[in-house]
Amino acid sequence: MKKSDSAKDDRREFLEKAGSICAGCAMLGVPAAAGIAVVLDPLRLPPKDAEFIDVTTLDSLPPDGTPQKYVIKADKQDAWSRFPDRVIGAVYLRRLKNDTIQAFNVVCPHLGCAIEYRDVEKDYFCPCHNSDFALEDGAQGRGSPSARPLDSLETKVEEGQVWVKFQNFQTGIAEKKPA
Amino acid sequence: MFTVKSLLKDWVSSRSMKSTFDWLDDRTGYRGLLKEVLFESVPGGARWRYVWGSTLTFGLMVQIITGLVLWAAYSPSSQTAWESVFYIQHEMTGGWLLRGIHHYTAQVMTILLVLHMGQVLIDGAYKAPREVNFWTGLILLLLILSISLTGYLLPWDQKGYWATKVATNLAGVVPVFGEHIQRVIVGGPDYGHHTLTRFFALHAGVLPVLVMMVIVGHIYLFRKHGITPAHPGKKKRRDGWFWPDQIFRDAVACLAVMMVVLILTLRHHGAELTAPSNPAERFPARPDWYFMFLFEFLKYFPGKSLIIGGLILPALAVVGFFAMPIVASKWPWGHKANLIYSGGFLFIFATLTAMAFNHDAKDKEYQFAKKIAQRDAARVMELAQSPEGIPPIGAVELLQNDPYTQGPRIFASKCASCHTYMGHDGMGKPQNEPSAPDLYRFGSRQWLAGFVDPDQIETIKYFHGTAFVEPDENGKKSRMVRFVKDLENLSEEGKAQLSKIVAAVSAQADLSYQEEMDAKDAALIQEGTDLFFEGIEGVDATCADCHGFDGEESEASFTPDLNGWASRQWTIDFTKNPSHPKFYGKNNDRMPVFEEEKIFTDKQIEMVVDWLREDWVRFASGDN
Repeated sequence: MKKSDSAKDDRREFLEKAGSICAGCAMLGVPAAAGIAVVLDPLRLPPKDAEFIDVTTLDSLPPDGTPQKYVIKADKQDAWSRFPDRVIGAVYLRRLKNDTIQAFNVVCPHLGCAIEYRDVEKDYFCPCHNSDFALEDGAQGRGSPSARPLDSLETKVEEGQVWVKFQNFQTGIAEKKPA
Repeated sequence: MFTVKSLLKDWVSSRSMKSTFDWLDDRTGYRGLLKEVLFESVPGGARWRYVWGSTLTFGLMVQIITGLVLWAAYSPSSQTAWESVFYIQHEMTGGWLLRGIHHYTAQVMTILLVLHMGQVLIDGAYKAPREVNFWTGLILLLLILSISLTGYLLPWDQKGYWATKVATNLAGVVPVFGEHIQRVIVGGPDYGHHTLTRFFALHAGVLPVLVMMVIVGHIYLFRKHGITPAHPGKKKRRDGWFWPDQIFRDAVACLAVMMVVLILTLRHHGAELTAPSNPAERFPARPDWYFMFLFEFLKYFPGKSLIIGGLILPALAVVGFFAMPIVASKWPWGHKANLIYSGGFLFIFATLTAMAFNHDAKDKEYQFAKKIAQRDAARVMELAQSPEGIPPIGAVELLQNDPYTQGPRIFASKCASCHTYMGHDGMGKPQNEPSAPDLYRFGSRQWLAGFVDPDQIETIKYFHGTAFVEPDENGKKSRMVRFVKDLENLSEEGKAQLSKIVAAVSAQADLSYQEEMDAKDAALIQEGTDLFFEGIEGVDATCADCHGFDGEESEASFTPDLNGWASRQWTIDFTKNPSHPKFYGKNNDRMPVFEEEKIFTDKQIEMVVDWLREDWVRFASGDN
C-alpha cells in the first residue's frame, strides 16, 4: 500500500467521524433548540405596567387608622385564559391623619406568604417565617427575617374613591423591584 | 406423590416446553441474562441490611404504577387541577386509596433513602472503587426529593400553592439571574396554568426519566463492584446467592414497606386535600415534614443573609456529601470524618425539624390559622359534592360566595370593631371591648328574651357601650332601656305575657332553625301579637306606643319598625341604612350607613346576614 493511500484513508476516517458527530449534533440540536425556546418563553413577557385600581371609598376606612384588608380584582390573563374581574391580590389600606391613604401589598417581602394585621400587637405579621412589620411605616421588626419593609403602593383619593396602583414585587431581596 | 413443585418441574422440563425455551434462548440469550441478574454471588451471605436499595426500587415502581393511573385522571390547569384531584379523592372508586398510596410511598421513600445511604456510609461502601456509584446515588436522592417538591404543588390547593410559592421565591434570591430562573420555573410572572403544566412535566416526565437513567447506571455499577462485605476482616460467613437468598429478604422488606404505606393511607384516609388555592387568602405555608428543617433554618437568616441559609449552606452541605469518597481515600481519618459529618447533619436535621414542629405546636396564631384552613377545606368539599357542583370557572368560586365561611370573615373585618358574635370576632378571636350588641342568633327568642331582661340589657351582650345606656342632658337613658329596666318587678302573669310577645316578635325573623317551634306555637304567637298592642300586666306603656308591628305603622319616629323584624330583608335593609326613618333615624348611635360608605358590597352584606341567620346551604352529609 502506498503511503499516500494510508493518509487518504486516515483523512477519510477523520471526515467520517467528524461528519457523524456534526450530523448527530445538528439532528438533536433542532428539537433541542425549539424546546429551549419554548421553555424560556416566560422571559419574553415584559413586566406588567401597574395600573390604578378603584378599591373602595374613603369613608369605608376607619378614621382611627386601623388597617383594613381589601382584595384587588382585575382582569387577569393566565396563559390561554382571560379571567374577568378575578382576585389578583390584596392590600391593607390605612387612613392617615390628613385623609391620605397608606397601602401595603399583603405579599410578605420575605418569601411571598400573605401577611395579616394583628389587632392586639398592632403590627403586620407573616405566619410563615414570623416576619413582623410596623403599623406606621411597614418597617420590618428586629429579628424579622425579611430583608425589606412591606411593599407600599401608590394611592390616590378622587371624589371619595380610593385608588391603588397595584403591583407585586420580587421577594427575598432588599431591593423593591417589580415582579 | 404429586406436589405442585414436581408438577411445575415436570411441565418446565417436558420436551415441548424445553424446545420452546431453547428456541427463545437461541434468539434472545435470555438464560445468560437471567443468570447474570439472579445468580449473583453475595459475599458473606445474604443479609437484612442489604435490603434498602431494593425497597427503594420497589417504592419507585409503586410510584410509577400509581402515578400513571393518577395521571390518567389529573388535569393540570388552574381551573382544573384542584377539581380533578378532588374528583379522584372523593368521587372515583378507590381514588383516595390510590392517591394515598402515592402520597405515603413518597414519604416512606424519603426515610428509605436515608436508611440506604446510612448503610452505605457505615459499611464504607462509598469508598474506592465505588465513588461513581455513590455519586449516582446522591444524584438519585436529589432527583427524588425534587420529584416530591414538584408533586406537592400539583393538587393546586392552599397547602401546595403557598409552600411552593416560598420554594420558588427562594430561586428568585439567586444573584443576577434569580428573577429569570424563577420566571422560567413558574412559567410567567405569576402563578397560573403554566406553573402547573411545567411542574407536572417535571414531576411526571423529566425527573422520572432522569431517575430511570441514573438508576440503570447505579445498578450497573453496583453489580460491577458487587456488594461491600459488612466486615471484610472478620471470619468469613459462607457466601450466598442473590436468588433466592437475598431476594427473599428483599421481598419481605418490600412487603413491610407496603404494609406501612397501607397503614398510613388507611389511618389518614388518604392524602390531605386543603381548600383550592386562593392568592387573597392567607395560609400558614409549611413544606412537607422532610423539608421542615430548611424551613426552620430560614428563620435564622434575616435580611440579605437569606441567600446564605436558603441556598449557599444547603448547597455546601450537598457538596460535602459528594466529596466523601475523595476525603476517605485521601486521609486515613477520612472515613471517620465522613461518619461524623453525616451524623452531624442528621443531628441538625432532627433538631431543626423538632424545633419547627415544636414552634408550630406552641404558636397560637398558627394553630388558629390551621383550624380556619381545615374548616374551609371541609366546607369546600361539601359544596363541591353538592348537587350544584363545581362551576367551570373552578372551585375557588365556591368558597367566595359561601356565607358559612365568608360571613364570619366579613364580620371579623367589618363588624367586629363594635359587635361580637358569642363574645368573639366571628372567627374565634376574643373581642374584649365591644360597644354594640352580640349578634349570635340575633332575632331568636333567646336573643330577644335576653334583650328585654332588665339584668342583661346593659351588659356587653346588648347595649353596653352604646349611646342608649348613656344618660342624656336630662340624666335619662334611652326610652327602650328605661322600659326594660321597669320590667324588673314584673308579676308571674306579666312575665308569661312578655315571653309571648318575645315569641311573636321573634317569629317575624323567620329563622330556619326556629321554624318548627314557631309553627308549633302559632296560638301563643297570636296571643303575643295581641299583647304587643294591649300591653303587659302592670306596665303602663305598650310596645306599640313606639314600634310598628303586625302591619301597623308606629306614630313614634326614629324607633325601629318591628314589621318583619330580623328577617333577612329587614336585616339587610337595616345594615345598609340604620339611619333610615324606618329604623333608628336620627337616634342611630354610631352604626355606619353602609349603603353610602360602600364598606360592604351588597353581596357581602347578604353573606353576613345569611351567616348570622345560619342560612347557609346544608347537605345531608355534613353537620357544620
